[in-house]
Amino acid sequence: MEWEVVIGLETHTQLKTNTKIFSGASIKYGAEPNTQACEVSIALPGVLPVLNKEAVQCAIKFGLAINAHIAPRSVFARKNYFYPDLPKGYQISQFELPVVGKGAVTMQVPAVGKNAAYEKVVNITRAHLEEDAGKSVHGAVEGMSGIDLNRAGTPLLEIVTEPDMRSAAEAVAYAKKLHELVQWIGICDGNMQEGSFRCDVNVSVRPKGTEKLGTRREIKNLNSFKFMTQAIEYETRWQIETLEDGGTIQQATVLFNPDTGETKAMRSKEEANDYRYFPDPDLLPLVISEADKDAVRAKMPELPEAMKARFEAQYALSSYDANALTTSRDLANYFVATVDAGADAKQAANWIMGALTAKLNETGIDISKSNISSLALASLLKRLQDGTLANNGAKVAFEEMWTSLSASAISTVTITASLSFIDEIIAAKGLKQESDSGAIEAIIDEVLAANAAMVEEFKAGKEKAFNALVGQAMKASKGKANPAQVNDILKKKLS
Amino acid sequence: MINSSLKQLGEMLQAKKISSVELTQTFLDRIQQYNPSINAYISLDETKTLAQAKAADARIAAGNVAPLTGIPIAQKDIFCAKGWQTTCGSKMLANFIAPYDAHIITQFDAAGAVNLGKTNMDEFAMGSSNETSYFGGVKNPWSFDRVPGGSSGGSAAAVAARLCAAATGTDTGGSIRQPASLCGFTGLKPTYGAVSRFGMIAFASSLDQAGPMAKSAEDCALMMNVMAGFDERDSTSLNREKEDYTRDLAKPLQGLKVGLPKEYFSEGLDADVGKVIEAAIAEYKKLGAEIIDISLPNTGLSIPVYYVLAPAEASSNLSRYDGVRYGHRAAEYTDLMDMYNKSRAEGFGAEVKRRILIGTYVLSAGYYDAYYLKAQQIRRLIAQDFVEAFKKCDVIMGPAAPSTAFKAGEKVDDPVAMYLQDIYTISTNLAGLPGMSIPAGFAQSDDGVSLPVGLQIIGNYFDEARMLNVAHQYQQVTDWHTRMPAGLE
Repeated sequence: MEWEVVIGLETHTQLKTNTKIFSGASIKYGAEPNTQACEVSIALPGVLPVLNKEAVQCAIKFGLAINAHIAPRSVFARKNYFYPDLPKGYQISQFELPVVGKGAVTMQVPAVGKNAAYEKVVNITRAHLEEDAGKSVHGAVEGMSGIDLNRAGTPLLEIVTEPDMRSAAEAVAYAKKLHELVQWIGICDGNMQEGSFRCDVNVSVRPKGTEKLGTRREIKNLNSFKFMTQAIEYETRWQIETLEDGGTIQQATVLFNPDTGETKAMRSKEEANDYRYFPDPDLLPLVISEADKDAVRAKMPELPEAMKARFEAQYALSSYDANALTTSRDLANYFVATVDAGADAKQAANWIMGALTAKLNETGIDISKSNISSLALASLLKRLQDGTLANNGAKVAFEEMWTSLSASAISTVTITASLSFIDEIIAAKGLKQESDSGAIEAIIDEVLAANAAMVEEFKAGKEKAFNALVGQAMKASKGKANPAQVNDILKKKLS
Repeated sequence: MINSSLKQLGEMLQAKKISSVELTQTFLDRIQQYNPSINAYISLDETKTLAQAKAADARIAAGNVAPLTGIPIAQKDIFCAKGWQTTCGSKMLANFIAPYDAHIITQFDAAGAVNLGKTNMDEFAMGSSNETSYFGGVKNPWSFDRVPGGSSGGSAAAVAARLCAAATGTDTGGSIRQPASLCGFTGLKPTYGAVSRFGMIAFASSLDQAGPMAKSAEDCALMMNVMAGFDERDSTSLNREKEDYTRDLAKPLQGLKVGLPKEYFSEGLDADVGKVIEAAIAEYKKLGAEIIDISLPNTGLSIPVYYVLAPAEASSNLSRYDGVRYGHRAAEYTDLMDMYNKSRAEGFGAEVKRRILIGTYVLSAGYYDAYYLKAQQIRRLIAQDFVEAFKKCDVIMGPAAPSTAFKAGEKVDDPVAMYLQDIYTISTNLAGLPGMSIPAGFAQSDDGVSLPVGLQIIGNYFDEARMLNVAHQYQQVTDWHTRMPAGLE
């Protein structure tokens, strides 16, 4: 039987506010335990929650970004359960009436093996505001458990999808797109290691072609895309094998173990809590007016989809390039700044996604802090464009710029300064492209004389021999000869 | 001096006829003398109290005075007061020292009032007789074998026995008005949202409201001037202009339309109490009021609705008492679940446990719609009854409690009989309306004891100033509010 996997995601996005969602305590990561636990965080008797308006603005921003219905009236509810790191004995969340309703996220699912890349729309069911719990710390003191309430009350936006995804690749593409989007609109720092973006993945399988959803198991708290892929693939195989062996799937929450690459049930449905949700009487319904939405809209950055379309039209970029350049706002800004400084758009796109991205990945440096500024890259590309540099020379110059710019305090804040800087490198390293036709002709004559056999082959009709001769000529010029000129002269000589 | 009004005390203090330290010491001495038998206070801290009195005297000397500067006020032990043991009447919080001040404590401090001590109460404000307190019952100063009412029973006894100049209380279903009726003084539950709940330990958040308990309407007005007002730390606090609750006290009542709901004068009302209320209504007629018969048809549903909603909220509000961070934790336990179970089993009393169980039940999957949602719907109908009624009248009057003070132990084993004590007060909490009880006379008990009866006045939203005016005018022509229990002079 052929099986189909059905996947839905619930993502806890930590909002980039200054303070907690219901109190004035800081949410800065990594503070000493309980130093950011105010009266409200500890849930002392008599304390009350007061909603942080910044968190609401984040929710509105997200709603606008995915074209969702933003509820004019939504309600905070209490989710009741006992746990030591849940100080009130309930979590303030939203249940029946969430702040963000139905919307959609569109993304590219990348090519895998023989399957080409394609566009996919994932429908968002809802997104709701809620508070995070604290942390239980086991083993810090022998035989004791500690509670750190610094994180308790941190604002979260939980984003829930429809069960729209049909492969691990689609799920990960969605998660990546969402990850890009929440950072793009500035509501989340996206730091998965610190838990700012945590995905729970609901996985079920069904015979291909059937409608009815299978029983799902929820994989909790995946904090990297790599683990997400592994976990979904393992879970899918496990469910299919279980069913094919005549077993049944029990609804359950499972944890992924990165060491074994396996998923394991944490608790089954039988042990699940009855959360006894009811509207929190300490908080008024959250009312969002058209004016509130307009105010947020006015401050919204151009969204990636719109920017992608603009890049294609304005800079004649391919859909692929435009998509790649709009995966983060910093990247897109860098590209625009490079082009604005005079670089050719297509060339800028190639260099940014090629050499620069490779370098940034290799060094772990963020593009916003790149050694080579957009102005510096634009100068390099200008010298490539005007023929001063050949491709090889440009690569050497790029490396040289990366090192010397990080090692020195050379200012490349103006295009003039950047250009004189690149010109110094070209001069110092002797990278200038040879465009003197006399000099190139001399080199070619030498090459022809030394490679008589190849010349014969070419004349006998072997086209490949021509390229070999160009290669020899370039080599003889130490890569500095202008390749177009080499081509032209060689053609003339052989005709 | 102990019978003086707050206004008189303020004048004496400002004229330096007495000092705050002297006045405070007078009450501390009385507390020393009578509290061991009455048990109105859970915690006293003479050092803190007298330090505040000294500070008040310094303020007065510097001419920096407010109406309540230097006046000793008893605080219900439901309000967190920094450095004070704050128990809410429960073993669960018997060891809890509040590290912060409730909004109203801050307000009294700013006014220069003196915190005289924390008063006894039903555990987590759940009760109508003060008998659920972990710290023991409170005697009704009019008859020591009777209850003072509840849940603000300690504050009630303290006001009635003149163990304070005035006190604070909270009212979730009648906890200010029913004890005011049973102990013969003036108590006001303000409109929901008029007084900030910040720092007031929650019982049922959508119903809880703090208010003054004092000898007269004028005293209550002065207390309200300190207690009421917007506080951004309570999202349900209403952002309104600060008002002077004494502004209308002197207004004549000519033409006042008084509504009498027939449901408040039917089965269940003690006949002698009914007579006292009728006499009070007659007095209002003399003052120029017009009496109008009205109906609040859903009154009978208020108790069942309340005993779904209040426990539902309470079951959640009391979840924080888990022994993890503060409060009672069992001495020995085997694992986390055992710690929860033992700590809560030991820390909570029977009535609190009963309400947690009811609340947990009505919120459970499968029961939520039938209980909680249905109760919310009826709650709106009850509020609508009042909207209709206030189209016909300015204030509503009736009894505050169905009977006079009952004997200690009489209803402890019959929760439903106890719950019926709040039959006339609960619907105003459900509607969020202000209500007050004022002394209206006395009724003879079966065993021949003369016990106070309270007249309830219910006003429209934010109509406290008018209600205080209505009460004050009655208190100008009657002296019930000046009576004091015998033997406590």
